[in-house]
Amino acid sequence: MKHENSNGDVRIGFYICHCGANIAGTVDCPAVAAYAAKLPGVVVSRDYKYMCSDPGQELIQQDIREHRLSRVVVASCSPLLHEQTFRNACAAGGLNPFYFQMVNVREHDSWVHTDRAEATAKAKALAHAAIRRVRFHRALETAKVRIHPDVLVVGGGIAGIHAALTLGNAGKQVYLVEREPSIGGHMAKFDKTFPTLDCAACILTPKMSAVRSHQNITLWTCSEVVKVEGYVGNYTVTVKRKPRYVNEELCVGCQECIKACVFKEGKFPDEFNVGLSKRKPIYIPFPQAVPQVVLIDPERCIQVKTGRCKQTCLEACADRHAIDFTQKEQLVEIKVGNIIVATGFKLFDAKRIPQYGYGLYPNVVTSIELERLVTSSGPTAGDIVLRDGRTPKSVGFILCVGSRDLKTNRWCSRTCCMHSMKLAQLVREHTDADVTVFYMDIRAPGKGCEEFYDKSLKEGIQFVRGRVAEVTDWALAPEEEGKLVIRVEDTLAGFVRRIPVDMIVLAVGMEPQADAQEVRRLFNMSCGSEGWFLEKHPKLAPVSTFTDGVFIAGCCQGPKDIPDSIAQAGAAAAEALALIDKGYIEQEPNTAYIEEADCSGCKSCIPLCPYTAIAFDEAKQKATINAALCKGCGTCVAACPSGSIRQNLFEDEEIFSEIEGVLSYA
Amino acid sequence: MPKPKIAFYWCASCGGCEEAVVDLAEDILGVVEAVDIVFWPVAMDFKKKDVEAMPDQSIVATLLNGAIRTSEQEEMAHLLRRKSQFLIAYGACAQLGGIPSLANQFSREQLLRYVYEETPTMVNDAKTRPQSTFQNNGHTVTLPEFRNVVRALDQVVGVDYYIPGCPPTPKITKAAVGALLEGKLPPKGGVLAPDIALCDQCPRKATKPTNVSFTEFKRPHTTHLDPGKCFLTQSVVCMGPATRGGCEAVCTRGNMPCSGCFGPTSRVRDQGAKMLSSLCANVASKDEGGISGILSGIPDPVGTFYRYGLAKSLLRRKVDLPTDGDRAKS
Repeated sequence: MKHENSNGDVRIGFYICHCGANIAGTVDCPAVAAYAAKLPGVVVSRDYKYMCSDPGQELIQQDIREHRLSRVVVASCSPLLHEQTFRNACAAGGLNPFYFQMVNVREHDSWVHTDRAEATAKAKALAHAAIRRVRFHRALETAKVRIHPDVLVVGGGIAGIHAALTLGNAGKQVYLVEREPSIGGHMAKFDKTFPTLDCAACILTPKMSAVRSHQNITLWTCSEVVKVEGYVGNYTVTVKRKPRYVNEELCVGCQECIKACVFKEGKFPDEFNVGLSKRKPIYIPFPQAVPQVVLIDPERCIQVKTGRCKQTCLEACADRHAIDFTQKEQLVEIKVGNIIVATGFKLFDAKRIPQYGYGLYPNVVTSIELERLVTSSGPTAGDIVLRDGRTPKSVGFILCVGSRDLKTNRWCSRTCCMHSMKLAQLVREHTDADVTVFYMDIRAPGKGCEEFYDKSLKEGIQFVRGRVAEVTDWALAPEEEGKLVIRVEDTLAGFVRRIPVDMIVLAVGMEPQADAQEVRRLFNMSCGSEGWFLEKHPKLAPVSTFTDGVFIAGCCQGPKDIPDSIAQAGAAAAEALALIDKGYIEQEPNTAYIEEADCSGCKSCIPLCPYTAIAFDEAKQKATINAALCKGCGTCVAACPSGSIRQNLFEDEEIFSEIEGVLSYA
Repeated sequence: MPKPKIAFYWCASCGGCEEAVVDLAEDILGVVEAVDIVFWPVAMDFKKKDVEAMPDQSIVATLLNGAIRTSEQEEMAHLLRRKSQFLIAYGACAQLGGIPSLANQFSREQLLRYVYEETPTMVNDAKTRPQSTFQNNGHTVTLPEFRNVVRALDQVVGVDYYIPGCPPTPKITKAAVGALLEGKLPPKGGVLAPDIALCDQCPRKATKPTNVSFTEFKRPHTTHLDPGKCFLTQSVVCMGPATRGGCEAVCTRGNMPCSGCFGPTSRVRDQGAKMLSSLCANVASKDEGGISGILSGIPDPVGTFYRYGLAKSLLRRKVDLPTDGDRAKS
């Protein structure tokens, strides 16, 4: 082949890793090493139990020195896992790290095949490809890019709050963007938290206030991120700030305007109380809302909608002039180096399981509705009542509503068992009602949670194991009259039961936010098949994403409880801090570059770049690539009609020799 | 000192390349003065046996145009290769297979059946087809054999240089002959033309914005072509971005889009794939229905993107044609 010697005399070291039995169980590693030893340019070929171990890396370094290796190929796992490890080993041995090529014989071979002979043949073909390719590798340098020290946190639930405070306390400037009028998220709606039964508001509201008063945190509520451009260390983010028609700087939260509103009584469903109470067009989401600033619902306010209101609120506000009907939506552009996405979850819509009667029977409620009823600051001031005002004498909890269910969501929402037991205990505390919990399995793995389950049992809460078939008001016996009947197969007792209760609580599970896909695209993240944001590695990089400088925390990554959300938020903040304090990042040099003399200036590449890294130089009449913006996706390289854009580590000779290597393996 | 010997030959071609030599106009006199033309069937009376009689490598350069379709062409290519120091593939057919290699979309049988039986003007009730040998009154008459596929010259014999174009322009022909006579040739295997795409020389280049995306494709005869604007901005496929320059943009200056005859730059293995990649990536629609609607404006993609280079492209030929490319096996 004409390429064969075009990069001088190369001395290649080849290594295949057994990865314990992960690879060696399916691939005959010594045979692959023996095969590679005979290929042109290979001077050392070895198989070794764990290449990523210290002795494995030391082996590479030693061979580089002793055998004057100029190229290294390691056949092991995914480059995602250990490419950097082996590049570092090459560098430590005195070789430019980009003279290294990795072959994935685990995920691409041993893990997906069962036939040993064929898997071995495939490993040889892949090794052949890499050995042919590595010849064309060139020495490359990693560029250093400065990191902007400011951080954007998206979502003001407990995860976002904690991440913002951690970063703010470390002296970093943080923008906390929340689309609702107050921060606090789901946690603000809770009465008590499991398993300690401490008051949710008592632990949350100090953190909320701290956010508001923190000199390093800029809090933007009623705001949404609409555009993200740039790359790790240098993101330009556009935030849409929706009008609240009340000037945040001037309002003191006296709420005189709410009293003065032309609507004498609340008329519209109160979002915070999940529709259990009514609010006015001008309102404050809840008493501890942060910021303590009222807002006007533009869909409900007569003045905003028609401009023909008496504007009694204006009079009440008097000379503060906080109410401002002229407010318009604003787009604000900020520059940040890192982004933490903590956009949370939404609750499963119980109407999707019609046999449970939610929306049909007034006394079938969701767990969050009961949570609001239980709360002393809630719509009933803590009284657990039926819709007609009576106190229930019996309450049934149905677990796994929209969780662990092939018809709706397959995953376990992780918190509903504990949440339901907490509510069950609160029901027992507030009323004399008999409480029965209908469960498939009780999952109480957290610290203190199994003990909490024990406590629930001891306190006389009944547990019936079985998935509830249906809820009905069709009485078949006198004691069922006027009650809701739960029909369930008690799988421990072994027969179908009918259990009449006054109130039924559906423990609704967690789901990805409705706009998770848009948010994913906005921040260039991935989603798993269920729609939760995908972490870079399920174990080793649980808060990182595949986009550098974008981290995830809390339930947007998957269902979890408050302690786990906070732990993730702290981890995400730490990841961001690590980048900020280093001050720069080293950029993978797999960037595209234009051979200026070859470029005809046809401009085909310019609209294709997803990172707007390509511009047209009018003076030279050529396209130019900003290497700092280039992420190495290769779109322009493939599309350049005259082959004038090349890409480091993906040069045509490298790719073609790799393809030829696979195809010519015999 | 004897004048250097030069030969011209044609294989599967239209004759345009021969015209191109004559198109040197009065400059041809200088060429004739400087060289000794020892073989040029289209213009001068030489026989094959004259060439066979020449010592090997006695011809300094042979400019061969046309693709290789028949046994005779193949034989002549081998003969001239042996007799020449430099064998130069002259024009798109010799360089890349040219328009004749579009026949590689069809089998030999399909082609012969169509030409000898199915064309509207054919009257051939006996379904006679050309045979390589035929007996008549005790005489054996022979015809060259019709091969399975069309090949570019370098798929048959080694080639030293390529002069691109359909046909090559007088200017690059003159420059190539000049370089040859002065011994100022680049490294062997090169194309004797600039290695930058046509847009670089196109007078319409400045009119193309940086955000062209395609909502439709139109063919030149279906639309009024603006004489000043980039064709791609007029939704007309122009191969300029994927085509080697050096023609001085004769077509785009004449208000016709580039059809790609100079072939790809040295950095590209497959001109058609590159142009497709570039155009399709810039198609405005992102859904399948929308995309196929837009692409329906290109009814003959192979003829559009591989017009001059199917034989040398990665596609090369219809997938089930015999891969040896040589003997007819019927």
